[in-house]
Amino acid sequence: MSDQNDPMADIRASFFVECEELLEALQDGLGSLDDGVGDSETINVVFRAVHSIKGGAGAFGLEHLVRFAHRYETVLDEVRSNGLTPDHENVKLFFRAADHLSDLVRASRDGLTVPQDAGDALLAELDAMLGTPAETDEASAQVEFTPLGIGIDLGDLDAPFDAGSAPSTRWSIRFQPRAELYETGNEPQILLRNLARLGTADVTCDVGALPLLLELSPETPHLAWTIALDADVSEAEIREVFEFVDGLCDLEVSLALYDDNTASTAERPPAADVNAPAGVTLPQPDTAPQDMPAPPPARRAAEPPARSVVRVDLERIERLVNLVGELVINQAMLAQSLVSAGLSPHSDAMNGLEEFQRLTRDIQDSVMMIRAQPVKSLFQRMSRIVREASAAVGKEVRLVTDGEATEVDKTVIERLADPLTHMIRNAVDHGLEPGADRVSAGKSAEGTVRLSAAHRSGRVIIELSDDGGGINRPRVLQIARTKGLIPPEASLSDTEIDNLLFLPGFSTAESVSNLSGRGVGMDVVRTAIQQLGGRISIQSESGQGTTFTISLPLTLAVLDGMVVDVAGETMVLPLNVVVETLSLGPDDVQMLRPGAELVRVRGGFVPLYDLGAMLGYRSRRTDYTGCIVLLISLDDGNRAALVIDGIEDQRQVVIKGLDDSFFRAPGIAAATILGDGQIALILDPADVIAGCLVPLPVDARLPDRSSKEERLEHG
Amino acid sequence: MTLTVLAVDDSRTMRDMIRLALVPNGFSVHVAEDGLDGLDVLSGLAPDVIITDINMPRMDGFGFIDAVRAQEDHRATPILVLTTESAADLKMRARNAGATGWIVKPFDPGKLVKALHMVTG
Repeated sequence: MSDQNDPMADIRASFFVECEELLEALQDGLGSLDDGVGDSETINVVFRAVHSIKGGAGAFGLEHLVRFAHRYETVLDEVRSNGLTPDHENVKLFFRAADHLSDLVRASRDGLTVPQDAGDALLAELDAMLGTPAETDEASAQVEFTPLGIGIDLGDLDAPFDAGSAPSTRWSIRFQPRAELYETGNEPQILLRNLARLGTADVTCDVGALPLLLELSPETPHLAWTIALDADVSEAEIREVFEFVDGLCDLEVSLALYDDNTASTAERPPAADVNAPAGVTLPQPDTAPQDMPAPPPARRAAEPPARSVVRVDLERIERLVNLVGELVINQAMLAQSLVSAGLSPHSDAMNGLEEFQRLTRDIQDSVMMIRAQPVKSLFQRMSRIVREASAAVGKEVRLVTDGEATEVDKTVIERLADPLTHMIRNAVDHGLEPGADRVSAGKSAEGTVRLSAAHRSGRVIIELSDDGGGINRPRVLQIARTKGLIPPEASLSDTEIDNLLFLPGFSTAESVSNLSGRGVGMDVVRTAIQQLGGRISIQSESGQGTTFTISLPLTLAVLDGMVVDVAGETMVLPLNVVVETLSLGPDDVQMLRPGAELVRVRGGFVPLYDLGAMLGYRSRRTDYTGCIVLLISLDDGNRAALVIDGIEDQRQVVIKGLDDSFFRAPGIAAATILGDGQIALILDPADVIAGCLVPLPVDARLPDRSSKEERLEHG
Repeated sequence: MTLTVLAVDDSRTMRDMIRLALVPNGFSVHVAEDGLDGLDVLSGLAPDVIITDINMPRMDGFGFIDAVRAQEDHRATPILVLTTESAADLKMRARNAGATGWIVKPFDPGKLVKALHMVTG
């Protein structure tokens, strides 16, 4: 909180951040309830989340939010305290209510309005859950939420304390505390003092009930007070002073006549001064705690670090990431110059360098970890998409998620949302069959969409699968032919057909709902994934379902790379795609025809790609004997052999984007700066091969399936 | 005289609001995130008044008030309950647990300050 800024704006902003956390907890809790693993604390958490949102919203006068949260909370409270069963149907409604609540939160944050109809309909459903419509009449409770203008100027607060110059009313008040009053931390002296602030008070202490000291029970109150108050106030204002002790004392407030003045002062002798502690002269239970020495207040950090989470501006982290990148480059440069200075590998300097290298790497990992976030929030958003999409097409769909704790770079998570949304809509709309069809196919009426995340060999694998009917291949093939995407006579394997979905311009949207069109935008999805340095592949089994596999780099900032020489150019390939390096013998290459060669690898054939030629640095070699080949694994499980001219190094490189300054060149993913200060391009092998427009014509098929599948996937 | 306040609320927003309302008015504000946390803070602090929320994880407001009242040092410390409900039974429950008074959320800072003065004089 900074002083120059409006502190309320800061709190407001932090309220919305808190809301996001609460909404996440809400989703989590509902998920547990739905899975039947929730306990009483789960429903408490769910309730509290909504409750806290309501509380904060009230403070900022966010009426819509308060109104909705209040009714939602009422129903949740019913579950919590009165045994309303959170069965599947109920939880489904709770989910929808949670979605609406998050819409309201975001709309409030961004100053937008949310159409009220949806909320009203939901409220009606929630209210119906309660059974008793009378319960829904919360008008009185809602009155409490009249937004209050929040100003911290308390100037007028003192006003009532200045007694009117000419008080015209005299009040007679009799106040007799009961034992409970003392037990709740109330203090007659304070009450009397507050009363005196309303005007001029003449306080008389009635000690008539005070027993002898020997018989005195300190826990029993014996005193009563009579106050003659000259103040131009209403009875309500007087009673307000006693608001907290209402029911804990006997209180009589009445208008007194001025004539009573003498009468009341006549009984005055035992009066205690209001300004003196009531019990200084008389033993009373209420004073005991006051007289006890209080332990000195220990200073404590204002915010106890129960959960030590620091919120940091993303920009600062970006800066740190960049600096660490520089550090890595510098370290590499230093290493290079030490080597070229001819230092012995066993010299102190080299040993020190090694240590430095390790530290650099640790720092880098740690910094990357700062940016890493669990995919949970993303998955939660997707669960909403599933709910909405399934409701829109009238299917019963269950989303099963796995590996929510898997951490991925924040940027990746953000940029995955759109493609994933699209894919999930596709899965619900087209992947899953209508309930009746499922039943007749011997499946459960409820379809399942599975979303999982996992770390696998230095990459993040996100899988989205459905248990639907699989891809309708004859239809896909027919469309691709109609649209001229493939030659009419081409015969394709199943995988090849499936991959047609990724072709730009492919669409089977003619027959589909407004929710999504199978294939519509799958090329866009693929482009989005590729821009993240990722790849996407598809597997489908007729009648069993379809699985999309997205493979992403852990981070967008560094890469374990193989530095290679291609026609005299230094280039970097991601190390994790390199399965094997081979040196070609004279019989290893089989020529299909000029420009289309295969490499024999342990009995199988792998298509050969001459990187130097593909990138346009030189013409194709005619003889590959003695050449170095990198065996690359592609996402669909196929392999390709890339011919390079030499391996220079294997090291971590810092990825420098080529974003706006350059055209996107196929096969070039990014650039990096090497230890000697030289700039090298980072290649995406799959993309290079895709960019190499079908070196083999479609009809030149070979018995080894792997070769053509790989080719056509990118065709 | 600076009054020391302990505010117990699981909502960061609420804690911030309480601070914002009270600090400029000369209160010294300490915060805790739930009942247990509040008891922890209390072990090293003698506040003039305690403000507590009811719905909190781990230990709720009722439990917290009970525990505070059970401590000789804090038997008479005024405790105000922050509640979104104005429902009478909630007030009664709070009072039965030993709360001194209540503030209905959303509070405005003036009301909060006034309520504090009502119990601290």
